[in-house]
Amino acid sequence: MTDYILLIVACIFVNNILLMQYLGNCPFLGVSKKMETAVGMAMAVIFVLVMAGAITWIVDIYLLKAFGLEYLRTLSFILVIASLVQFVEMFLRKSIPGLYAGLGIFLPLITTNCAVMGVCLINIMEEYSFTQTLVASFSYAVGFGLALVLFAGIRERIILARVPKPLQDTSIGLVTAGMLSLAFFAFKGMV
Amino acid sequence: MAKTAVQEFTKGLWAEIPPFRLVLGLCPILAVTKTVENGIGMGIATTFVLICSNILISLLRNIIPKKVRIACFIVVIATFVTVVELVMQAFAYPLFLKLGIFIPLIVVNCIVLGRAEAFAAKNGVVASLADGLGIGLGYTLSLTALAIVREVLGNGTFYDIPVFGPTFEPFAFMVQAPGAFVCLGLMLCIMNMLGKK
Repeated sequence: MTDYILLIVACIFVNNILLMQYLGNCPFLGVSKKMETAVGMAMAVIFVLVMAGAITWIVDIYLLKAFGLEYLRTLSFILVIASLVQFVEMFLRKSIPGLYAGLGIFLPLITTNCAVMGVCLINIMEEYSFTQTLVASFSYAVGFGLALVLFAGIRERIILARVPKPLQDTSIGLVTAGMLSLAFFAFKGMV
Repeated sequence: MAKTAVQEFTKGLWAEIPPFRLVLGLCPILAVTKTVENGIGMGIATTFVLICSNILISLLRNIIPKKVRIACFIVVIATFVTVVELVMQAFAYPLFLKLGIFIPLIVVNCIVLGRAEAFAAKNGVVASLADGLGIGLGYTLSLTALAIVREVLGNGTFYDIPVFGPTFEPFAFMVQAPGAFVCLGLMLCIMNMLGKK
């Protein structure tokens, strides 16, 4: 049990996927201008990431490793993720059209969100068991959501500030992300 | 088509240089730029994938059905990434180990898919080749530039050769995650100051 708690803390804070592992930065800067879309994106990533983590683990153990096809890992993982995202997109369009409209272009972009693919690969590399994979995927996704929502909150305030012209938008966003990353740095060495 | 192949090539080097003009593909640029060697290696790998996928997608652009085009593009890109992965494993194993997870992650680099969707799917083979080469080289340049700043300041070395002598205290902030974000943000700011085209 302690193992799992340590794993959760490590994945959410210490190895935060966005701020420590540099994965998933495109949506991080893209959808963080408004709190609403940030929350939507975080939810979508949590949902997709847990499912993708589980399915890619099964694919890896029972298909790729069983038949010695490890070199097809990249190809098969991205196909699993792409079809999953398609499914989530159809589901959201039917059931929550408001959120679907809000997420706009960034929902299909979860496919090319390196956080999703990255976590699936990390799970395999760390040789997690199935439950560990589920827990780790979920915690990584929560860490992603946490960082995204925090960042969106800061960015909403920045809009009100007078930022020098060359620094506006993405540039100040990145510097802010650096400060946020520095804050997360304090967790280093905890686990 | 008014633009020539040369124009398509040069636009990737300045007017649309990623990730400064096109804010895409940030993850590898933050992660692998700890040393110049890694930066250049990653740049070359990405350029290779960009050129090959651009050519193939441009050749297949009339055959691929509109509705499943993204899936088709991803399969094409993933194929070339697998090629790069295997080639690097065979011929540049130390670099392969250093770049680690970021080699398979070229698949999800938004620049590659972005160019396939925005350019190769609409233009001829020669133009797509020029576009891939230009954007790829531009990306390599940006990676190298950022890597130089980070390695020289953060480690006091350039390509593993010490530049400042033994008394230099490395600015360790630069090679850590926060430094990557701040450094890229400031470089973006400098690019903005140099003028928009």
